[in-house]
Amino acid sequence: MKKLAIYLFIATMLLPVASLTVSASGGAGIEHSGANINDRGSLQRGAKWYVNYCLGCHSLAYMRYNRLAEDLGLTEDMVMQNLVDSDAKFGDTMDISMHPEQSKAWFGKAPPDLSLIGRSRGADWVFSYLRGFYQDESGGWNNTVLENASMPHVLWQLQGIQKPVYRQETGEGGFVHEVIDHFVLATPGTQTPQEYEETARDIAAFLDYAGEPAKLKRKSIGVWVILFLALFTFIAYLLKAEYWRDVH
Amino acid sequence: MSSDDVNKGRRRFLVATTSVVGGVGIGIAAIPFIKSWMPSAKAQAGGAPVEVNISKLKEGQLLKVQWRGQTIGVLRRSPEMVSNLARVDDQLADPESVNAIQPKYVEGEQRALNPEILVVNMHCTHLGCVPQMIPQVGPQPFDANWNGGFYCPCHKSKFDLSGRVFRGVPAPTNLTIPPYSFLDDRTVMIGVSPQGAA
Amino acid sequence: MAKFTSSVSKGAGSFMNWLDDRLPVTSFWNAVMIGYQAPKNFNFWYYMGSLALLVLVIQIFSGILLAMHYKPSAAEAFASVEYIMRDVEWGWLIRYMHTTGASFFFVLIYLHMFRSLLYGSHKAPRELLWVFGMLIYVVLMAEAFLGYILPWGQMSYWGAQVIINLFGAIPTIGEPLTQWIRGDFFISDATLNRFFALHVIAVPLALMGLVLLHLVALRENGSNNPDGIDIKKNKGPDGTPVDGIPFHPYYTVKDIFGVGFFLVLFSFVLFLWPEAGGLFLEHDNFVPANPLVTPEHIKPVWYFTPFYAILKAVPDKLLGVITMGASVAILFFLPWIDRSPVRSIRYKGTWYKVLLAMFTIAFVRLGLLGMAEGTPAQTWEMRVWTLVYFMFFVLLFFMSPGGKTKPEPDRVTH
Repeated sequence: MKKLAIYLFIATMLLPVASLTVSASGGAGIEHSGANINDRGSLQRGAKWYVNYCLGCHSLAYMRYNRLAEDLGLTEDMVMQNLVDSDAKFGDTMDISMHPEQSKAWFGKAPPDLSLIGRSRGADWVFSYLRGFYQDESGGWNNTVLENASMPHVLWQLQGIQKPVYRQETGEGGFVHEVIDHFVLATPGTQTPQEYEETARDIAAFLDYAGEPAKLKRKSIGVWVILFLALFTFIAYLLKAEYWRDVH
Repeated sequence: MSSDDVNKGRRRFLVATTSVVGGVGIGIAAIPFIKSWMPSAKAQAGGAPVEVNISKLKEGQLLKVQWRGQTIGVLRRSPEMVSNLARVDDQLADPESVNAIQPKYVEGEQRALNPEILVVNMHCTHLGCVPQMIPQVGPQPFDANWNGGFYCPCHKSKFDLSGRVFRGVPAPTNLTIPPYSFLDDRTVMIGVSPQGAA
Repeated sequence: MAKFTSSVSKGAGSFMNWLDDRLPVTSFWNAVMIGYQAPKNFNFWYYMGSLALLVLVIQIFSGILLAMHYKPSAAEAFASVEYIMRDVEWGWLIRYMHTTGASFFFVLIYLHMFRSLLYGSHKAPRELLWVFGMLIYVVLMAEAFLGYILPWGQMSYWGAQVIINLFGAIPTIGEPLTQWIRGDFFISDATLNRFFALHVIAVPLALMGLVLLHLVALRENGSNNPDGIDIKKNKGPDGTPVDGIPFHPYYTVKDIFGVGFFLVLFSFVLFLWPEAGGLFLEHDNFVPANPLVTPEHIKPVWYFTPFYAILKAVPDKLLGVITMGASVAILFFLPWIDRSPVRSIRYKGTWYKVLLAMFTIAFVRLGLLGMAEGTPAQTWEMRVWTLVYFMFFVLLFFMSPGGKTKPEPDRVTH
């Protein structure tokens, strides 16, 4: 009977629940980024791209320059010369000088702080977003991942300008509409598609790291903690077994 | 009976081993939590060194800055002021700064890397008031033979132009000298000792 | 060496005498640890209580340390949590301890309660023990809800919005009541600050008091066991139950092993998988609370989702609240609903095994559905399982007095 219950239990759990997974990285056009926070070179390049192309509008208010240096293996001089434009000090956070009210007036919406986008959306989302910009019929910028985003494609000079090629799709109830089938690079950029893909990956990896700087350290410490506890548990088991020889 | 003894020995061994491993574990585990009380990165940033530009500092002029919640004074002393320091040695409680809190690289009666520039913590060592700086030589209401220095109005402690405390006043020790160094001729960096110094 | 150790132990002995003359230390230890006769056939299900006590200690310890850095104001809360994660030395460890501990607390409590359903630990004379346990469960849910608002992320804010609005369903007093709870016309700084005070001081005190009562009630009748038989019925020549063993050293030693194993699992999550795929730390909560932007999908943390599903299953708001409340409240009455002459599932007929299996599947299934968006198909499924959930108690009530049983043994088995 117990077996029957167990089988019933397992059977129910395996019932298809397609819509039950609501993960941050699922959704429209999210590709696997391959972003690797263990790749220091990638993080360093990502930091450089971010400071040059993103930090003007998007602050990293919870990230300190000196923490960046420590985690990415950079010296104070390297950071202060290459990454710090303002009169910020080494121990300061990566804030921006633009006022949220100003940015709201210019863009319609204040560009959000990106310290935690690696945790709220994930590296794959950032990667796909950076690759999802295209020029639509109105001549303005749009994005497959975030429709009608107010943000222009700041990396267009690197990637070039993508234009969409549409196809017809029949939805539920016979309703026919257009969807983007694929992109065509109408104007090439200074980078090849492979180079741009790497750029997007580096920025995604950097933001993944920025979301939780402690991640690298916590995993390596964790392994040691678990090994120690396993040893302790083993010794505790021997102790328990020894005393329990009395019982019965 | 002998099997009992063997059991007891094994039990003691296992209890001891478990206790030791467990104790070591708890000891090591305690470290991060104790360390969490250390000043955070934010506090460290707030306590970062302060750069002071002394290019416009005149002789006898005192510049005050904040460092780690303390008022630090930077005083440019004239050569006369420096040479007159020895005059009050016999009135001082600790002329050699034996008991004073100061870095190892400041010595003697000048208590400075560069005798012309005094960098001193302006909080009276009695109860923390900030004394007035009175550099002129001449009679003062609190001292007929004033040779220049610092006078604390709270409880009337007196310090010379090196911050050394007089005898017979409430303050127990000389004014503290913070760690500092020179970035260049015109910039003092308060909070950082010179390279290679203790 | 022998002289030193013997004088140390003599010194310790006389210190203990001094202490015992003034405080019942040794007699207390003897009574609750050595004098407490526990059944010798405790199995896997009997680790959960001591582990839950461990997690309570972990939560209090990590909670106090967090409160040293956390700022309970709407303006600073979110940033202060990131401050802990990044700027405070080892702050990330303390934070993850607390979030991991919260989820593990509920895992343990659900397993702990399930043990009772297996072996009848809620039945006479342990009804009050069960009631105290249920009170701990309800207070724990409150503590978790209050704690979740503190990071002031999107899910903190909107989860609180939904749950507090439920009180608005109560006729007449609903609206003023929600205002009174919030301390404002909408969820704001006032709400956050008072929830902080409740979470850090008031509710933990209540929790500790209830745990104490729970343990005292346990001691009064002694523990149940997997066979559900009363070990006190069979006493040996020295007056102690033949199937009993002193809690110390046998169960102290076993629980230490349990603690070690548990900490391995706990550390695995804390260090290697703290978000648990968004179950323990929800992705949306890494976005600061914004009253103007509603998240795509508001859902409570996993341990509330079974009850959330029951709420969503009922189309009417007030009836939904009442049904959800009833689903928790009905558990209080289990000692009187379960009228079986036999305690343990081992000596009940197949009817009980089927009932319990269906109840468990319903609970887990409701939990999964509570996390989902709530399509029409899912809503129908939630209704089915809600029915199964309540039918467990109804059927148990009617079937338990006459339900088929097997003869109980005199002595415990494994």
